[in-house]
Amino acid sequence: MSIFEYNGSALVAMVGKNCFAIASDRRLGVQLQTIATDFQRIFKIHDKLYIGLSGLATDVQTLYQRLAFRHKLYQLREERDMKPETFASLVSALLYEKRFGPYFCQPVIAGLGDDSVPFICTMDCLGAKELAKDFVVSGTASESLYGACESMYKPNMEPEELFETISQALLSSVDRDCLSGWGGHVFVVTPTQVQERTLKGRMD
Amino acid sequence: MECVFGLVGDGFALIAADTSAVHSILVHKSNEDKVMILDSHKLLGASGEGGDRVQFTEYIQKNVHLYQFRNGIPLTTAATANFTRGELAIALRKNPYFVSILLAGYDKDIGPSLYYIDYIATLHKIEKGAFGYGSYFSLSMMDRHYRSGMSLEEAIDLVDKCIMEIRSRLVVAPPNFVIKIVDKDGAREYGWRESIKDAGVAAA
Repeated sequence: MSIFEYNGSALVAMVGKNCFAIASDRRLGVQLQTIATDFQRIFKIHDKLYIGLSGLATDVQTLYQRLAFRHKLYQLREERDMKPETFASLVSALLYEKRFGPYFCQPVIAGLGDDSVPFICTMDCLGAKELAKDFVVSGTASESLYGACESMYKPNMEPEELFETISQALLSSVDRDCLSGWGGHVFVVTPTQVQERTLKGRMD
Repeated sequence: MECVFGLVGDGFALIAADTSAVHSILVHKSNEDKVMILDSHKLLGASGEGGDRVQFTEYIQKNVHLYQFRNGIPLTTAATANFTRGELAIALRKNPYFVSILLAGYDKDIGPSLYYIDYIATLHKIEKGAFGYGSYFSLSMMDRHYRSGMSLEEAIDLVDKCIMEIRSRLVVAPPNFVIKIVDKDGAREYGWRESIKDAGVAAA
């Protein structure tokens, strides 16, 4: 079995009208066995920037700790938060540093720029960035997620409709993947507020 | 065929582990204590390769003591868990320890807690968990009978149910188990569940 499929994960981020949504599943497993159903894969970097990390759970935790450290250092030196594009370049550089012994993670980065323009991107475990205007996906359920997002997405959705769309796309995709699921965790971020919601789907 | 499992109850946490030291088909001894008392209010149940288990757990124990000597106050359970994960994560890409750990502790203002740290340094706070082949049986028994805030009698009853299940359904089931608990009065051994007593060494 691939090392990326050891723990199981599903991540998706979508762009709306002056807002974005990022969602993940909640399962932590060790191959076929489920260890926990409340594992956190999406982390806040600052109020308008979130990163989701899929793949091997130990590298998810190590990478998040390193990124939080780098961002705090940036905040101390620059006295401001990092722009999403800058952060994506930072993640890419950190991953490529380990080119010949990589972190087994695929990040999904979602943020709101200074002008409230949403930014999303994903990259592979070596830091190859993929910018997108609509949605990005990652994890063991990524193929199902591509299909679900492609059919359910439309541009310029308001936050409420965006939440519905991303939730339905996530739940229907993880239902077809045995390694991810046990509910969902959705963040919808607008220039004024962040809404965090937990989804209950098929708990299996 | 190692079995380590643990759960959190009302004001206490407990860890049960088998006590067989095995090399291939030979059982060296049946009273090997795999649940280490880290300090006054912490337990560390470890399973994995023999030498790594003893070396790594002793290393953690000595570092926990060192912190208390240097700083005059003991580490919290969460801090110990993160320290242990950090050591495993650093060693992972150099000379990995093949040891999986359940860390149980009692903190005065937080209460009891249980942490799952697997051998590739995945850390998660849990209410019930297990490692080894025995986990296939004990996790299912705990899923069925566990609820939050169990009393000590109910928890020991559940532990006994798990041990019965392991004994009857695991092909090379370990004969003896040790149960240790940690609560506001400290970490201590609760009891043994023996079905084979080691014959004493005859006087020369």
